[in-house]
Amino acid sequence: MKFKWWHGALIFALFVALLSPLASSSPDGLERVAEDKGFMETAREAVFEVIPDYAMPGVGNEAIATILAGIIGVLILFGIGYGLARLLKRKGEA
Amino acid sequence: MHIPDGFISAPVATVGCIVAAGCVAYAVKATNKKMGEKQIPLMGVLAAFIFAAQMLNFPIAGGTSGHFIGAALAAILLGPWAGVLIMTCVLAVQCLVFQDGGLFALGVNIFNMGIVASFISYYVYRGGAFLFGEQKRRTLVSGGLAAWLSVTIASIACAFELAISGTVPLGVALPAMAGVHALIGIGEGAITATVLSLIMATRADLLEIQKA
Repeated sequence: MKFKWWHGALIFALFVALLSPLASSSPDGLERVAEDKGFMETAREAVFEVIPDYAMPGVGNEAIATILAGIIGVLILFGIGYGLARLLKRKGEA
Repeated sequence: MHIPDGFISAPVATVGCIVAAGCVAYAVKATNKKMGEKQIPLMGVLAAFIFAAQMLNFPIAGGTSGHFIGAALAAILLGPWAGVLIMTCVLAVQCLVFQDGGLFALGVNIFNMGIVASFISYYVYRGGAFLFGEQKRRTLVSGGLAAWLSVTIASIACAFELAISGTVPLGVALPAMAGVHALIGIGEGAITATVLSLIMATRADLLEIQKA
């Protein structure tokens, strides 16, 4: 198979996922506002959990659990994005 | 800026879901006419890259972090409706698989980070190209500015939703949300401009898709 530009782009996205353990764990903008303004406790727990907090459940090493979650997410989204675009193109031609 | 369940009221969540569903349905229609062979892998890698980049929270002032959203990058490269579709995919997977953003709040999150952010950034970017021309450095400035504004305006939309829900008064939510996201938006602008310049250097033809 010939190496195409988007193979490189997908590898780049996977590489970014490898960096995910370096992410700041501080609250994000909305969480910061919710804490400061006292409405953080109104948040409800998720109805169900699959891979909560971007960490693969059952993996002891935190960094590896995060990287695994990242790689899974990257592959799922590539599949959905690619599949959806292919589907739309076919519909557009019909 | 992923709203968890509980921050917004049931009526706001419901309206968000209806508006998001309508926009996504129209986006499917609007996008399939413009879909070419080149866009297929581009949509896949953009969704994948935006997901990965969203995981990388960067610290800003005062023990707070922010992360890339990506709607501006998607809308600049593929147009606002494809941007809505890509962001919907990312936000739906984050909600359903990673429990980031509430299940009932998904519509509102798609509205803020998908619809509002895509359209603001697309029209600011096109406006910049119209006013200042398409020379490389100016295009990057327009792209960065569009990205910054998309995050700030999305956070203002979020503040209104919180206020309408009765969670926090608008006078409190608006300056707090807009203030912190004006800082986070600088990161969004920098990342968007960097990726755009990388694409210009390697695959400038991808930027021409919108003009066709």
